[in-house]
Amino acid sequence: MFLSMNNVHKSFTNNDKTELVLSDIQLDVKEGEFVSILGPSGCGKSTLLSIVAGLAHATEGSIELEGKTIKGPGKERGMVFQQAALFPWLTVEENVMFPLLPDMSKKEAQQKAHHYLQMVQLGAYTKHSPHEISGGMQQRVAIARALAMDPALLLMDEPFGALDEQTRSRLHEIVEKIFLETKKTILFVTHSIAESLKLSDRIVVMGTQPGTILEVIELNFPRPRSQSKEELLYYEEKIQALLKSEIDKVTEKEQKHAASR
Amino acid sequence: MQPAVKRIIFYVLLFSIWQGAVYVFDVSPSLLPAPTDVFASLYEGFSNLTLVYDLAASFRRLFIGLAIALVLGLLLGVLLAKSKTADETLGSLILALQSVPSIVWLPLAIMWFGLNEMAVIFIVVLGATIVMTINVRTGIMNVPPLFIKAAKTMNYKGFRLFSKVTIPASIPYAVTGMRLAWAFAWRALMAGELLSTGPGLGYSLRFASDFGDMSRVIAIMLLIMLIGIIVDLLFFQRIEKKVLRKWGLATS
Repeated sequence: MFLSMNNVHKSFTNNDKTELVLSDIQLDVKEGEFVSILGPSGCGKSTLLSIVAGLAHATEGSIELEGKTIKGPGKERGMVFQQAALFPWLTVEENVMFPLLPDMSKKEAQQKAHHYLQMVQLGAYTKHSPHEISGGMQQRVAIARALAMDPALLLMDEPFGALDEQTRSRLHEIVEKIFLETKKTILFVTHSIAESLKLSDRIVVMGTQPGTILEVIELNFPRPRSQSKEELLYYEEKIQALLKSEIDKVTEKEQKHAASR
Repeated sequence: MQPAVKRIIFYVLLFSIWQGAVYVFDVSPSLLPAPTDVFASLYEGFSNLTLVYDLAASFRRLFIGLAIALVLGLLLGVLLAKSKTADETLGSLILALQSVPSIVWLPLAIMWFGLNEMAVIFIVVLGATIVMTINVRTGIMNVPPLFIKAAKTMNYKGFRLFSKVTIPASIPYAVTGMRLAWAFAWRALMAGELLSTGPGLGYSLRFASDFGDMSRVIAIMLLIMLIGIIVDLLFFQRIEKKVLRKWGLATS
């Protein structure tokens, strides 16, 4: 298996209280697959992605990528965060060159950077500063930067959560195009049902307290998805029903907590 | 009305009132000389080059002291930001020293280095290092954690992570630190020269005062003020603005 998560547990200790955030996560991802991790806030989906990125460590269990256990960050995994996290002291082009420079000449890195900036349709903005372009454009630069390392696995942590609706749907198209062109494996964390239905081959629906996998939904529709509205509606309702019980659970716990005070 | 025009009118009025008051009340020049006398003294000082030599001597000390202070402040700031133990121990001392004007060290400095330039440079270094240290420390500690995380996913770690991300990300604070260090150094230098030995602007001010030459005293005071403003406006504020704009931090 390309990426496999085996029995992953994660707990945080805060003021002598240990809280279980992720419990028994078991998930396999095939090469070239687009998998969304969908769940309400607090279900640990971002934490799971951080563990895959190597920025956090599992308390128990392990994650293997192409047979190798993940111990820390690595170039075979590129990551896009909710904020673009571009370095303001570098131009757009230099930001995309940033992961490349230690290993190749400046000229080579620049050519590569231009290639990926064109892929996200920002070929005309190479010399701009990050703060001179819009939030959606910044996020596209961040995608180009992650792609520039040519990672086997692209991790995206609610990358469009902070953007407006129009910008978001434009970026969906770009991501889908990149996915089809580069055939990268993508792990995409989101809380938007519509977003996951539009983009994924599979949706991993997560529940909360502790974070567990509720159900994995397979979507076998042709892309672009706008044609198969009816079938998607069925899945949307199904996921909504799954998540509703999760949100009820959170509300119930909050009320209990309030009553006990 | 333009601010520049308002300012010109203000200063013309200020000097006229000063000149008029001295003339009308017939104030003794040893109490308050008229502005015309001050400007005459300033002109004389420049034409016979005494003030030029003073300026050169003062600036020499300032540059030596400031250069040492900036390097020292940078190193100390990095140390405090990176080592929790150093921050909790040495950091508390540096914060405590911040509330002590560096000039109070002069008696000790004279005992250690003698009544010479070294003592004055020591005061300048002390005054400027502390503010630089504090700013560099704050800058490094305020680097957004997201920058570090992002760089880590791009395989940056250790010294390369520090030099390529942490240092550039904290430059806006370091530049502010430099600007403040210059201001502290300039004040410390004048105080040090006033109380120790020459040549230098501060020393000449005391020398003039000993001879009751108040025109020269005020002329030197004006010069100290002008240099302070000019260096700050033309040099440090410009750099600061440029950096803030480049880093996307400028409000306008």
